[in-house]
Amino acid sequence: MLVSELKPLDEIVGYLREGEKVFLLACGGCAEVCGTGGEEAILKLRPALERAGHRLTGALVLPFLCNKALVGFRLARRGEEVEGADAVVVASCGVGVQSVAQVLDKPVYPAANTITMGGLQGVWPSEERCARCGDCLLAYTGGICPHTVCPKGLLHGPCGGSQRGECELEPGRPCGWQRIYDRLASLGRLDLLERYRPPQDSQKGLDVPLSRRKAPFWALEYLEEEG
Amino acid sequence: MRLRERLERGEFVITCEATPPKGTHVRPALEAVARLARYVHAFNVTDLQSSVLRMSSWALCALIKEEGYEPVLQLTCRDRNRLALQADLLGAWALGIENVLALTGDYPTLGDHPGARPVFDLDSVQLIAAIQSLNSGRDLAGNELAGATGFLVGAVVNPGVEPLEPHLLKMKLKVKMGAKFFQTQAVYDPKTFLRFVREAEGLGVPILAGIIPLKSARMARFMNEHIAGVFVPEEVISEMERAKTREERVKRSIEICARIIRAVRPLCQGVHLMPMGWEEHVPAIMELAGL
Repeated sequence: MLVSELKPLDEIVGYLREGEKVFLLACGGCAEVCGTGGEEAILKLRPALERAGHRLTGALVLPFLCNKALVGFRLARRGEEVEGADAVVVASCGVGVQSVAQVLDKPVYPAANTITMGGLQGVWPSEERCARCGDCLLAYTGGICPHTVCPKGLLHGPCGGSQRGECELEPGRPCGWQRIYDRLASLGRLDLLERYRPPQDSQKGLDVPLSRRKAPFWALEYLEEEG
Repeated sequence: MRLRERLERGEFVITCEATPPKGTHVRPALEAVARLARYVHAFNVTDLQSSVLRMSSWALCALIKEEGYEPVLQLTCRDRNRLALQADLLGAWALGIENVLALTGDYPTLGDHPGARPVFDLDSVQLIAAIQSLNSGRDLAGNELAGATGFLVGAVVNPGVEPLEPHLLKMKLKVKMGAKFFQTQAVYDPKTFLRFVREAEGLGVPILAGIIPLKSARMARFMNEHIAGVFVPEEVISEMERAKTREERVKRSIEICARIIRAVRPLCQGVHLMPMGWEEHVPAIMELAGL
């Protein structure tokens, strides 16, 4: 199970520009169990967004947003609510946020930080989509994770090895930052690439040994044994 | 006159790469520096270039400084986390090193220790911010330092890369965070370089055009295929092909370098030479270029 925690509400509201209309999407999979998805997330996020002056065009809980193939079909059924929104706030792990970003031509913002993939993982090649950095940056990178698409995990654009949109590591591999650039260009948000991002706290996720992550399994197994 | 003053006064600046030894014998590197000192204002000491193990950059920088020449410390994010980067910077300043060139670094698999763990704890923009922080008397975590640094910070950019736009945005961010000069990847096509200079002009920061002497037509074709952002025009390659002996190739290569330098001279504030083992030919290039 994936473990995530809700971002501070101010941070989530801060992604949005004044008066933007929002579609709220929450995952009914692992995130629901963590309290970062499901109805619980909608109950927490809706008032915060509305207080900040953002009208909700709709809110929806879908099971397992990481199943990218199904997300597109499910969202199509709520066509008008989704189309009417300027942006989508997604309460799920980083995999779910990225799968929604791939099916919609809209800015997609994360409501949670992903801490660990735990044992059972999200459906869409999860390990390769979300690095569990614990400080989700997808709001600034067009819903494409710089830690997993760039071998160097750079946070401020491509390195000098990027050429014709390809990575220096292997021919044919797309440069992750070219993808992020193209996505932000298509969303009209290249301004996000002019901002400085301080180094991340690696103790939130990236470099924390698995044994020290906030995985609840040892506790679950302990409880099971206790009977 | 120091590099900082030359750049500030708008003078034409010449920098040249110096490569630390693969081992402990520093004499050959220092002798090469001494022979070129007449033509060069500052020496960039590479930091495990192409991820190939060599002596540390700061050590050769300190030795170059001791001999009375001015070094530029090249520093990559590949091998050190934010603690080690800052520690090396404090040490470098104490050793009298005043200039730093902040780079991302090549991926370890490109070098001779392909199994090495890549670090990239900071990226090049964050490294520039870290140096600025040390310059202001605080570390990256905001703690006060007993003695600040006063580094001149440089950065790199690849003028021939396609598409250029994402790289220009990053360059802009590097300037915003404190980069005071730029050294570029090798230039062979002044037209491409001019296009870049026009785009970057607004940033108002000195640019030093990269110069790598071609050793053969094969090297040119290799670079076109494998080195990001390097474009050697076909007519330059055939010029090299027409040279049949080693002597002729050297002569042709020197002519090509001098011609590129003359072409880029009105467009930028200096050149950065990367001789790649051809240090002995640098004097001829400089004389033919009129520098």
